[in-house]
Amino acid sequence: MQPFTIHKGKVAGLDRANVDTDQIIPKQFLKRIERTGFGKFLFYDWRYINEHTLNPDFELNRPENQGATILVANENFGCGSSREHAPWALQDYGFKAVIAPSFADIFYNNCLKNGLLPIRLAKQDVEYLLQESVRADYELTISLEEQRVYDGTGFDRTFDIDPYRKQLMLKGWDEIDLTFVYEPYIIEYEKKHHPVS
Amino acid sequence: MKPKTIIEKIWENHVVYREEGKPDLLYIDLHLVHEVTSPQAFEGLRQKGRKVRRPDLTFATMDHNVPTVNRFVIEDEVARNQMTALERNCREFSIALADLYSSEQGIVHVIGPELGLTQPGKTIVCGDSHTSTHGAFGALAFGIGTSEVEHVLATQTLWQHRPKTLQIRVNGRLEEGVTAKDVILAIIHRYGVDVGTGYIIEFTGDVIRNMSMEERMTICNMAIEAGARAGLVSPDETTFEYLRGRKYAPKGEEFEKAVERWRQLATDEGATYDKTIEIDAAAIAPMVTWGTTPGMSIAIDGTVPYPEDFATETERKAAQLALRYMGLEPGTPMTEIPIQHVFIGSCTNSRISDLRAAAQIVQGKKVAPGVRALVVPGSQQVKRKAEEEGLAQIFIDAGFEWRDSGCSMCLSMNPDVVPEGERCASTSNRNFEGRQGKGARTHLVSPVMAAAAAIYGRFVDVRKLQTETVR
Repeated sequence: MQPFTIHKGKVAGLDRANVDTDQIIPKQFLKRIERTGFGKFLFYDWRYINEHTLNPDFELNRPENQGATILVANENFGCGSSREHAPWALQDYGFKAVIAPSFADIFYNNCLKNGLLPIRLAKQDVEYLLQESVRADYELTISLEEQRVYDGTGFDRTFDIDPYRKQLMLKGWDEIDLTFVYEPYIIEYEKKHHPVS
Repeated sequence: MKPKTIIEKIWENHVVYREEGKPDLLYIDLHLVHEVTSPQAFEGLRQKGRKVRRPDLTFATMDHNVPTVNRFVIEDEVARNQMTALERNCREFSIALADLYSSEQGIVHVIGPELGLTQPGKTIVCGDSHTSTHGAFGALAFGIGTSEVEHVLATQTLWQHRPKTLQIRVNGRLEEGVTAKDVILAIIHRYGVDVGTGYIIEFTGDVIRNMSMEERMTICNMAIEAGARAGLVSPDETTFEYLRGRKYAPKGEEFEKAVERWRQLATDEGATYDKTIEIDAAAIAPMVTWGTTPGMSIAIDGTVPYPEDFATETERKAAQLALRYMGLEPGTPMTEIPIQHVFIGSCTNSRISDLRAAAQIVQGKKVAPGVRALVVPGSQQVKRKAEEEGLAQIFIDAGFEWRDSGCSMCLSMNPDVVPEGERCASTSNRNFEGRQGKGARTHLVSPVMAAAAAIYGRFVDVRKLQTETVR
């Protein structure tokens, strides 16, 4: 996983609630067996009118959102399917963090496993950021170490994250390697409950 | 001893390692695998030179991409590659696979229970959000992403925080024609698509107790549409009877011993939950979705809602966008919405009891002109049984297409797609934009409601239909 420490970047707003993972990455792109290259299919049905034409009305296609690395959206972002292709696509497109009032559980987890930082902020803070995001030069800084999001001109909030996940993300560690440290406990559990038949 | 919920009991039985400030390391008893969310996980193992720790606790099948007309001719090369990759991975890592030639193949959440792999008290995961289905047996079953699939393959464990517990109690009795599907749609409608976020749901109450295993599976299947990774039902005699004699269930004396253990799992009298909500079954009518989330539904005798009637700005905006996508006018009675497609299938409603109920509506009638209707049984076993019972012939005589087993039009990864702008009465679980095809308009309903829609070419109230049949 890519480590995440501190990031400063442009903000794109997607003022919709219940954005599901079918919208983030539609099913026709799930047939690939790689982890990379999903960015061009991100929000495919919203982003493109047809194979060759971008939809100018879609939020991410607006001029002020070009080059954005922080996505701000509304409640229950990432609901629906467990497809990890959703965070892969957001990351491949260039996003480093997603801010919303709430996230669906599986999506939230999947982000953490990939170094894409999901940040829960209060609804009114998200509304504020959605308003500010229409400015082409609006930027946020995110410090994972300090668990803090700020714009340098007055907006400054802290956010919660599980300390264990935070450590993994700061270091960019492979979780499976870490789990193998606990293998003696797994062996002991298996002896008792799941002997190899 | 403090009374416990089944959720706490299963959790405590599976903690491998616990330390302050960390999630618990949980042991996974059963890992189900399918072709779409596993290739990158196997590739990860190969890159690091890792093995599958417990192939004997892992079981794979192909379902998402499978063609339902001729399953041996897969024209989509990318889909074919994905299935070939699963075959190769299962061979390389010694994992049992129900492939397209297997008499046990089917939707992963249909075959787990029917093979008896799904059992009370187990922790079950799969790279698929509808893994919650297996909770019907009193198992703790939840969907995971591909990184977690890789983690379970390598270690047979997952780091998990214990979620909060939510009891949803369904009291009273259901009216004739009102099904498990309507119950779960009504719950999501009333309490929202994120009522279960951060929770595991236990479904309780007389209505759930009186349900068959297949009905309980329909309820737990859609726990994820209420935001909960897992939904479950405490096991009882109905559960044990379902499992008796299944291929992978314990046999003889072992089975009786297992039943004794399973009986202890049920939530204790007096156990408490972090939250409880109650719903009166008598107030539930057959439901139809009008929008683009499973929460946007209404009783069949209702009308398409007005966006301005919603409480918050976010909801009003969502309703507007949904109505535009669905091409619906507020105030339209639900029974006046014409449909062009019917899909009876998916891990929500493709089991034998679903097909029996639908066939009863269809028997001796014809699919309305201009309607294309599909029945896609959930597994090869369900398909054979439906053919033996004559259900397949009832559907075929009425003008339905009788297909081979798979996920099919629930997410249209295979060639079964709803064309842009057309409407489908679907027994599946998600009415998201584009789910059944770009621009496709999905209305979620129960199997009997879908069957009736096929006959009339529009939604009808099955409660009225049944009275007429009786006359």
